[in-house]
Amino acid sequence: MLKYSLKRLLSAIPTLFLLITFAFFLIRIAPGGPFDSERALPADIEANLEAKYHLDEALPLQYLRYLWQIARLDLGPSFHYLDWTVNDLIIQGAPVSFTLGGLALLLALAIGVPIGAWAALRQNRAADYSVMSIAMIGISIPNFVMAPLLILLFAITLGWLPAGGWAYTPSRMALPVLTLALPMIAYIARITRGAMIEVLRSSFIRTARAKGMPEKTILFQHALKPALLPVISYLGPAAAAILTGSVVVERIFTIPGIGSYFVQGALNRDYTLVMGVVILYGILIIFFNFMVDLIYAWLDPRIRYDEQEI
Amino acid sequence: MRFLPGLLVLLLAACGGDSSEIGTPAAPRLPQPVEVALDEQGRPLPDLLADEQVVHRGNGEEPQTLDPHLAEGVPSANILRDLFEGLTTTTPDGRIVPGAAAHWDISRDGLVYTFYLDPDGRWSNGDPVTAEDFVWSWRRVVDPASGAAYGRMLAPVANAEEIFAGRLPVEELGVAALSPTSFQVRLNDPTPYFLGLLTHPTTYPVHRPSFEAHGSAHVRPGNLVSNGAFRLLDWQVRSRIELEKNAHYRAADRVIVERVVLYPFEDENTEFNRFRAGDLHWTYQVPNSQFRWLERNMAEALVVAPWFGTYFFSFNLTRPPFRDNLPLRQALNLAIDREIITERVTRFGEIPTFNLIPPGLPDYESPVPEQAAWTQEQRQAEALRLYRQSGYSEDEPLTVELRYNTSENHRKIAVAMAAMWKEVLGVRTRLINEEFRVFLQNRAQRRVTEVFRAGWIGDYQDAFTFLELFHSGHGRNDAGYDNPRFDRLLERISAERIPSRRRNLMAEAERILLADQIVLPVYVYVSKRLVDPRLRGWDDNIMDYHLSQHMYLLRERDPATSLPVTGED
Repeated sequence: MLKYSLKRLLSAIPTLFLLITFAFFLIRIAPGGPFDSERALPADIEANLEAKYHLDEALPLQYLRYLWQIARLDLGPSFHYLDWTVNDLIIQGAPVSFTLGGLALLLALAIGVPIGAWAALRQNRAADYSVMSIAMIGISIPNFVMAPLLILLFAITLGWLPAGGWAYTPSRMALPVLTLALPMIAYIARITRGAMIEVLRSSFIRTARAKGMPEKTILFQHALKPALLPVISYLGPAAAAILTGSVVVERIFTIPGIGSYFVQGALNRDYTLVMGVVILYGILIIFFNFMVDLIYAWLDPRIRYDEQEI
Repeated sequence: MRFLPGLLVLLLAACGGDSSEIGTPAAPRLPQPVEVALDEQGRPLPDLLADEQVVHRGNGEEPQTLDPHLAEGVPSANILRDLFEGLTTTTPDGRIVPGAAAHWDISRDGLVYTFYLDPDGRWSNGDPVTAEDFVWSWRRVVDPASGAAYGRMLAPVANAEEIFAGRLPVEELGVAALSPTSFQVRLNDPTPYFLGLLTHPTTYPVHRPSFEAHGSAHVRPGNLVSNGAFRLLDWQVRSRIELEKNAHYRAADRVIVERVVLYPFEDENTEFNRFRAGDLHWTYQVPNSQFRWLERNMAEALVVAPWFGTYFFSFNLTRPPFRDNLPLRQALNLAIDREIITERVTRFGEIPTFNLIPPGLPDYESPVPEQAAWTQEQRQAEALRLYRQSGYSEDEPLTVELRYNTSENHRKIAVAMAAMWKEVLGVRTRLINEEFRVFLQNRAQRRVTEVFRAGWIGDYQDAFTFLELFHSGHGRNDAGYDNPRFDRLLERISAERIPSRRRNLMAEAERILLADQIVLPVYVYVSKRLVDPRLRGWDDNIMDYHLSQHMYLLRERDPATSLPVTGED
């Protein structure tokens, strides 16, 4: 297991390197530059700014300079938010996104899995149909529709919760977490239901039932674990995506997370900021996929990674 | 499936702009203030003021920087006007009055200004504000190494141009500290709007010791030392910026507001919701689609005022079909019914215009073209005549590209214009929308553009801020206008020091631009926002400057008894 883990972690390095290379050159292909504005800068001042940020150098040289810089864990100055470095911005924004995303993820699991399992046990009955129809709607309503509806209801009509803004308090976090969690709850419930139905039909469950094992033990100890496998594989990329923040939810609730930097950074041609969030996202994806594989092995006795155990 | 119809209604309500009152409660009740009464100095009586003087203001996007010399954009400028103070400042209605300088002398030839600083001027750490601070700050602005985005604001100062270009050292800038409190500026040309320039953040002083101690981090909370009515208390990026009254400010006893909290918004609907929920006293903008609802339900909070900006389109004069084809440009200009655009599309009381320079300047009157007085039928008939004269007809229609940057408002206006050209002239228009920076680049390169959206908000209170855009050498001359007569006129305007003659020269320059039909003006911008009725002390002004130091919050009135509510908030 240890050997496998090491191998996986080492293979992450070329993956990240490729990601950085592609992202670096792609963002620079976009027309326009970070210092373009409706008020045209005098050419000499623009040249000075470019020199200050080394944008006047040949692209390969800029690339090598950037690699050397990130090797020292320095993501560079932001080209748009002039008073901050990319490290500053990510250090300020990431905890917010991680908190929101993490809570939404937990909420989605805590509600989605039981609902899915419950529906599976009532397969093709009225309860199953209604739960799954609601889930279908949950998946189809995009969060830019759901968020304003929730604000309208809870903040403006009822006045129970704030309409936006950020603080580490339950009242400020409730609506954004709910908005993020709702489609995930629906998705997880559907996956759990599907997997559960399949597991319940399999021969080892039939054997357990034939042996006269209590239904509770069959469900919780034997059926649920393998039924969670597809949920886990969904969670890997989903966790990376949700922890890096959501552009829509951040805009609508004015949350200072890092999700908006993907879009704002690109629109502002803030090269270093875009690179910073792309690298962070890449690391999270690699990390969560690795975690998923480890959890797989733990949940399913048929999966073992190290060669000698095959 | 019984829940579906109800949900659909909600969904529809959320999607359809003006129909959003479906499922929305009745009009929100705005808090009502007590009747205001002023003392003999024009200040509100203390017992009418709310106990808590904390103003919450929406402020557009996150400011790029709080360094006054590097900043550009309205959101930064709004904050900087609260934090810092230039040699001059503005009253709520926009008049230019002494700021950090208590008074000044202007030499007879209009070239030398001597400013006498207010002896009570203090930085927020208690240091006196000195002439040396201004000398150092202005040298920093023109230093090519600092990359000051708006450095050109100081271009009228002697030698500034040469220093920008790196031909002279910064010490050669025409500024001097004659004594700790007298600051002298030498100008290249008499610049009648110079005192107005001094309200712009680029001309503000920066506290040299803090900059030298902290470098580019000198603007962070804890480091920033400023000389304005407020000081920086806290800055949470993309969440809030908190300012606190500066006890050392020279006129601190006249500032009523204790704290100002500024919130960045990336989405105007979010800001609107926060206002409706009672979290904001002042918004940066209002959602365009909510006009009807606002007019019906929040009329007393909706503030719309003319702004010093014009929304116009421009022609690329360096390529066909518009190169050397004046009648065609005139035809397209006349075929547009501005009133339909302002009344049906933008709808916030924008003022239809045929001029480039917006009205409202104290010392300038635009020459109004004769078509402005015609009926739209007359304009259309003339448009058709000119269109035929320009070589096009119903059988051989013009095909033109109309380019704008991605925005709902620009798109709606472009669609309306294309429809008008089609109906009146039979022109076929291709609408092209581009992401902002792609659009700027295409406009500047002039290789693919034909007709494109433009627009300008004046940087300082003078017609010249619009006219100079069309100098053949100006960096924003995206039309590619190159008229030596016009360029010479601009140079004469710069050198002219007699106000009436200068005014006539500027009117002549605008007349030439309009006669050459370089631009297709559509409307004069308006500023629009929601303001809590309890917030007072501000007034409409064309520059849209609203300093928090003039504002105050009134007590709330009990709607039943009309008596002040005690212990509010």
